[in-house]
Amino acid sequence: MSSDRLPRLLALVPYLMSHPGAEVPEVARLFGLSEKQLIDDLQLVWMCGLPGHTPGDLIDVSWDGGEITIENADTIARPLKLGVDEASALLVALRMLDELPEFEGRDVLARVIAKLEQAAGDGAATVSSQVQVEIGAAPGAHSVIADATRRRRRLSLRYYVPGRDEITPREVDPLRVVMVDGRHYLEGWCYRAEAMRMFRLDRILDVEVLDVAADPPAEAEPMDVTAGVFRPSDSDELVELELTAAGRWVAEYYPCEEVVELGEGRLRVSLRARDQSWLVRLALRLGDSGRVSSPVSLADRVRETAKQALANYDSVA
Amino acid sequence: MSRRKTERLLNLVICLLATRRPLSAEQIRQAVPGYDPENDEAFQRMFERDKTELREIGIPIEVHRDPWEDDPGYRIVRQAYELPEITLEPDEAAVIGLAAQVWQRASLAEAASGALIKLQAGGAPADLAESPLELRLDTRDAAFPALWEAVRDRRAVTFAYRSAGSESVLTRVVEPWGVVSRGGRWYAVGHDRDRDAPRVFRLSRIAGPVSPVGRPGAVTVPEGVDLRSMVGFQEAPNERVALVKVRQGTCAGLRHAARAVRTGPGEWDEAEVTFADPERLAGWIASLGPDAEVMDPPDAREAVIRRLKGAFQTAGDPSCER
Repeated sequence: MSSDRLPRLLALVPYLMSHPGAEVPEVARLFGLSEKQLIDDLQLVWMCGLPGHTPGDLIDVSWDGGEITIENADTIARPLKLGVDEASALLVALRMLDELPEFEGRDVLARVIAKLEQAAGDGAATVSSQVQVEIGAAPGAHSVIADATRRRRRLSLRYYVPGRDEITPREVDPLRVVMVDGRHYLEGWCYRAEAMRMFRLDRILDVEVLDVAADPPAEAEPMDVTAGVFRPSDSDELVELELTAAGRWVAEYYPCEEVVELGEGRLRVSLRARDQSWLVRLALRLGDSGRVSSPVSLADRVRETAKQALANYDSVA
Repeated sequence: MSRRKTERLLNLVICLLATRRPLSAEQIRQAVPGYDPENDEAFQRMFERDKTELREIGIPIEVHRDPWEDDPGYRIVRQAYELPEITLEPDEAAVIGLAAQVWQRASLAEAASGALIKLQAGGAPADLAESPLELRLDTRDAAFPALWEAVRDRRAVTFAYRSAGSESVLTRVVEPWGVVSRGGRWYAVGHDRDRDAPRVFRLSRIAGPVSPVGRPGAVTVPEGVDLRSMVGFQEAPNERVALVKVRQGTCAGLRHAARAVRTGPGEWDEAEVTFADPERLAGWIASLGPDAEVMDPPDAREAVIRRLKGAFQTAGDPSCER
């Protein structure tokens, strides 16, 4: 068992004391345990108690019929106070919520922050004001989209796809508005792609709320954004670029599968893209600060496209 | 941690909380099952380790040194241990539930969920309503945890840093004042000791580990310092105008951003695009390849030609040394 078992037990006992008759499955889920692990925890607690360790000193736990009752644990009936990191992690997130334009309930937030600060003491209040998250200004369409999401109305969008440098019309059933790392996204079922899609709000050029109820198909499940919003597919071709110090920004802006330092600030990165034309544009933008090293066919395409472009300028490559 | 050890530690916590008077190590040895009754040295070592572990998870053990006693006494003062009474209404608990999910990855995600479970154990409502709002905050940068700790402990740090576009890495010693996320990127703000001036560092440009320097508590954050305005560098306003020829039916992004688009000769339209930095404009126009051509001003046009030539040459030479 991991080393966080003791902190867990010191929260589990007070939880059970304040929720008499709590059910095994519900408690296991709340603590992120299997039912077997929870029972094992309860058995451990049952072996502990006040010095003397006579039956009258020990904590009494039973889980007959799945309902947990606990007695004789008054010494640890209250949870351990919040650690500085624990309180700060919550406070930083709460202060970030406070900046969200769509967040309704600023008064609730103010109450919660005050209560937490009081419970946590000075240390956490200080740290949490030194770690700050700035929320990007919400694009104009934001309130319309948030409102349509709440009212479950279908949206008609004009959306800019930078990968293809295209603007496409789409009908979307909105599921939720997601804020990831300070940026706003609409997540919904896209009828053009016939799949779930994330739309960056600042790339939505026009939005119209249709007089149609949103009716996404059953398979329209929100994505897990834990690993980031952009996840290239393994079937996309792997491309290798070599960057000079002036081109290092590529590694900061795009998710790379591998980044290797080559010395003097140079990097070799590999990334996947659905669309080769996006990579051609990236290589042209980089000029002499980046080079496609693999595949050769892509490098050839970059060279050919650059040559055509230079012809516009009556400039010989 | 073994089951036996967890049991011993839990009994130790209960014992130290239950006692009114501080207990000597020997009294604790008698009262808490699991300590070696024979070997004094083995007991001492184990007891020291146990105290350290309890302190690491935030349990305050008070040490009493009585001038009339040889041995120190130990106890846990209830007030210092317990979460104070905190009553949360259902809507308040829901907001905390939302906040607890914000952090992604490792340390802070654990800290946030640890806090939530303590509050729920303290009686906060545990069934959290589902919200149509989803918030995520990532801390991909390897330097983040060490900087968070440095800010928390008011401790200076040192790290290797590469300025934007620089070919070399320099060692910096910084008294951190704070960490700010802006536009999805994390920045550290603080006093750079070698430069003797405030500086901002992008976490993604820190190379290698962030190591503490000197003692905790040594950093003083200047009163009234505005971290955000230090990070919030203003971009220069787009005061210049470029005339760009764009092929019909292409360059959707540029057309949308342009302040005017007119029909031009043949298969071309003419767009007026505002900009500040000719190199940035050139990067954008070069990326559009043969579908766009800067007509004016000449410095932007030259910058595009330079980029396209660079791309042409590097793409053609697999062994080029730059």
